[in-house]
Amino acid sequence: MSIRGAAYIAGIYEHPGRDLPDLTVWDIHIDVALGALADAGLGMEDVDALFCDGTAGFGVLTLADYFNISPSYVDSTETGGSSYLAHVGHAAAAIAAGKCNVALVTLAGKPKSGWQGPSFTPGPESAFEQVWGMMGAPHSYALAAQRHMYEFGTTSAQLAEIKVAASIHAQYNPNALLQKVVTVDEVLNSPMVADPLHRLDCCVVTDGGGALVIVSPEIAKKLGKTNAKILGHGEAVKHTNNGRIDLTHTGAVWSGPKAFAEAGVTVKDINYASIYDSFTITVLQTIEDLGFCEKGKGGAFVADGGLVAPFGKLPFNTDGGGLCNNHPSNRGGITKVIEAVRQLRGEAHPAVQVPNPQIALAHGTGGSLGSRHGSVTLILGQEDA
Amino acid sequence: MSTLPTPAPTVTQANAAFWAATAEGRFQLQRCNECDTVLWFPRRHCPSCWTDNVSTFDASGKGVVYSFTVIRKGAMAYKESGPFVIAYVELAEGPRVMTNIVDCDVETVKVGMPVEVVWHDTGQGNALYRFRPVAN
Repeated sequence: MSIRGAAYIAGIYEHPGRDLPDLTVWDIHIDVALGALADAGLGMEDVDALFCDGTAGFGVLTLADYFNISPSYVDSTETGGSSYLAHVGHAAAAIAAGKCNVALVTLAGKPKSGWQGPSFTPGPESAFEQVWGMMGAPHSYALAAQRHMYEFGTTSAQLAEIKVAASIHAQYNPNALLQKVVTVDEVLNSPMVADPLHRLDCCVVTDGGGALVIVSPEIAKKLGKTNAKILGHGEAVKHTNNGRIDLTHTGAVWSGPKAFAEAGVTVKDINYASIYDSFTITVLQTIEDLGFCEKGKGGAFVADGGLVAPFGKLPFNTDGGGLCNNHPSNRGGITKVIEAVRQLRGEAHPAVQVPNPQIALAHGTGGSLGSRHGSVTLILGQEDA
Repeated sequence: MSTLPTPAPTVTQANAAFWAATAEGRFQLQRCNECDTVLWFPRRHCPSCWTDNVSTFDASGKGVVYSFTVIRKGAMAYKESGPFVIAYVELAEGPRVMTNIVDCDVETVKVGMPVEVVWHDTGQGNALYRFRPVAN
């Protein structure tokens, strides 16, 4: 069974706030849920499937209770910031199997205004990773960047080009946390956080959230608007492989081909891509791993405006991405899907809207490149794609 | 050169034997008796063939830097450490283990650099395995 054409993304909503000290995470969950349902032309009473990550209290139990709904299909898949792309794929499969018709995915978090996020139960690896001063994602991703530079000659200036492209897009987004266009030199001159990653190689820290509504073809047709058809989905877990971690690639080497095969398209068919951008190195490795360029040649690919919309080789993250716009709850997956849908609808900012895009890709990377992460690739298209 | 803190690892049922050996300066690895795979991190089953027929042996304590980063400003126990290095060291026996590189200027650490283990007592009945450059 394939999910190609089995479901549509009919509703999207990104919370406009980036610093929300006066809202609880539960307020944000319900705000974004209602926003995405209104966008779809549906209401909370129509929801029969609920998806959320592992940070929302007791997951779907907490949210079903708070929303006061009775879903017949639930899923709290937790793969970090890529969770929401997995939820879309799972929702499409559930709709294809006749388990549900209207699936709601929500994300909310407040890392900026004080809420510190979930604490996970230590795993068997913890004692071997938590005593070395590894205090956050930049440290782990820096290990991947350093090895990529060693093997392929990638430079800090090439990584900086990714931030520059995101900032060029973010200037058109009035909700973006960082709206100023930056130069390669400004990235290189920003303070070193964890060599070789500078502060401006890192994504923003924002409060907020987002939501998606995925519906069956029958409901999509009734809603009578431009919806994004779900064409393909692939997911993978990249881990330390019994102490033989390869830091030069991501799980996109596995999730990408699955998604492309299901969609029946190739990289040449992709008109727009939302690429998970927790750090510049995340984008570089993912572009290579998805096959947009040869392994190790990502640095050359992103140079000279390769990612700048609307006319670069691969227009990416036209909302400004996690690097400049928004990374709610320290998780950039839902905003990746939202901007891909905006592009397909023609609702991106006119300055960065790709002309008449037929097929878009959204990719999530949750967890850490330096240890283990979940990679999820989605391919979306127009009705006749 | 900064002096790093020595936070004690969380000793559990799964890793107690490994950490106990560190008190004696032994870097204990496991090898699968069925398929010869060297395991990392400690566990009961071989992650290549999933047998529980595994045995332990003392590693050489030698390796090379697979990748590293210089943390410019640490946090929590490492808050006052100044710049320090987190690395993956590829042990001579195969596994790549996360660690710190010590006893050298952080600016001199390179991928591929040969290193050897040095033990830092936590005062809690075990020691942290860190690595220093092998003297030329």
